[in-house]
Amino acid sequence: MIYFNNVSKVYNDNSVALDDVTLTITTGEFVSIVGHSGAGKTTLTKMILAEDIPTSGTVFFESTNIPKLKNKELTKLRRRIGVVFQDFKLLSNKTAYENIAFAMEAVGKTNEEIESDVPHVLELVDLRNKMYNFPSEMSGGEQQRLAIARAIINQPELIIADEPTGNLDAINTYEIVQILKKINDLGTTVILTTHNRGVIDSLKGRVITMEKGRVVRDDKGGKYVI
Amino acid sequence: MSDLKRITKAGIINFTRSGVISWAAVLVVTITLSVITSILLLHAVLNFSLNQIKDKVDVTIYFNVGSSETKIMALKDSLEKLPEVASVSYVSDEEALKIFRERHQNDYPTIAALDEISTNPLGGYLNIKAKEVSQYESISNFLSSDNALVLGSSAIIDKVNYNQNKTVIDKLNHIISGAEKLGFLVTLILVIISVIITFNTIRLTIFISKEEVGIMRLVGASKMRVRGPFMIEGAVYGVISTFITLVIFWPITAYLGNNMTGFLGINLYDYYISNIFQISAIVLLSGVVVCMLSSFIAIRKYLNK
Repeated sequence: MIYFNNVSKVYNDNSVALDDVTLTITTGEFVSIVGHSGAGKTTLTKMILAEDIPTSGTVFFESTNIPKLKNKELTKLRRRIGVVFQDFKLLSNKTAYENIAFAMEAVGKTNEEIESDVPHVLELVDLRNKMYNFPSEMSGGEQQRLAIARAIINQPELIIADEPTGNLDAINTYEIVQILKKINDLGTTVILTTHNRGVIDSLKGRVITMEKGRVVRDDKGGKYVI
Repeated sequence: MSDLKRITKAGIINFTRSGVISWAAVLVVTITLSVITSILLLHAVLNFSLNQIKDKVDVTIYFNVGSSETKIMALKDSLEKLPEVASVSYVSDEEALKIFRERHQNDYPTIAALDEISTNPLGGYLNIKAKEVSQYESISNFLSSDNALVLGSSAIIDKVNYNQNKTVIDKLNHIISGAEKLGFLVTLILVIISVIITFNTIRLTIFISKEEVGIMRLVGASKMRVRGPFMIEGAVYGVISTFITLVIFWPITAYLGNNMTGFLGINLYDYYISNIFQISAIVLLSGVVVCMLSSFIAIRKYLNK
């Protein structure tokens, strides 16, 4: 599904974010990417979203060469990917309902679809009673659950969760990981970046370990080893 | 259609939820629109004054006593055909005498002398008003030329007062065109400054939302879907500011109308009320266009991510 071929990223100040990364992620996988801060985990996910472009090498989403995408095609690609961030990245001046409705409007869903699907997905992440609350009126765990609800609402083929539990306590972390597992069980590919040892060990899935921009380990059913 | 509806709704909601920021932007746009409205009113005062001055300038052709009225009328007709001429009025010798008598009714020796002569010593005259002050010279040239249209009229013309008034007319012409140029320059500078201030304010309001713009793009929203609500929000600034500006100028012009009409030469309140639709249209269009365009340009920077 996703192919990184000899991808390197060097910034203007000569700092190397990615160094000759080659890896493949297949459909339906739950892939955890681990590493210290600055190891290149986030840069890797940014390449998939075309938020960043590689200095050399290619990144493919199925047959699509991501760095070569034009603006309209990029918008279409992003509609196929759901994203969850450590800092939630919710629209602060929109309620929980409107945050999800916006993602649906963006892909051209009708008002009827929005009215029926939004309460349903909020129910799924246990936020039905917070439907008309703004993000600032919600706890960190609730905000992250809302971000996940937004990420899955359009049934994307891929979910990228970039350190989604970084700002959460143990209970909320557990809940978020369970939701992501459930989404993966339903067939959606999930890429999770984290440095939470407990999360990785509980998942028992594929673990890619990064260090200084390089992939140093890639274990199926791996554990957190740094 | 549903997209347009959603964009409009989102823009209006953004405006109401942005609270103080929205009203700060409205305040700045109101100042800009007030500058534009003041310029419109100043133009009215300037134009009125200039027109009054222009109206005082004319050229008179005095005819010899006893000149044939047919010839004078023929000359009048040919003058009226000139594109530079706004109007030509004819005062016959009898009317000239009547006007002379009225003007000098308290001047006993003059009236007595006039009575002594018993015949009318005055000839008729044509009073010519040009469309522009600068055109008097070409009218005068036309009269002094051997043009077929005025053939034979030199015999009946006693004098043309253009040459006597030439210095004054030239000076007035100079002042008027200078005032018009200065007015245009001042307007241009004020409008540019106001537009830049408005643009920067709107840029700041969008800068505050730059992260949201990035999030919307990441969620897969098209450029128009992200940009649209900001442009609608800009339009809302424009509409509300227009309303406030027009309301503010109501008492201001009323005060100026009551107290300054003598000084300005024009009752600004009457002018404001009788031109309210045109003024509203200009102010509204300026407000909405400037704000929407500012939003359109300011957001561009954050969209390409």
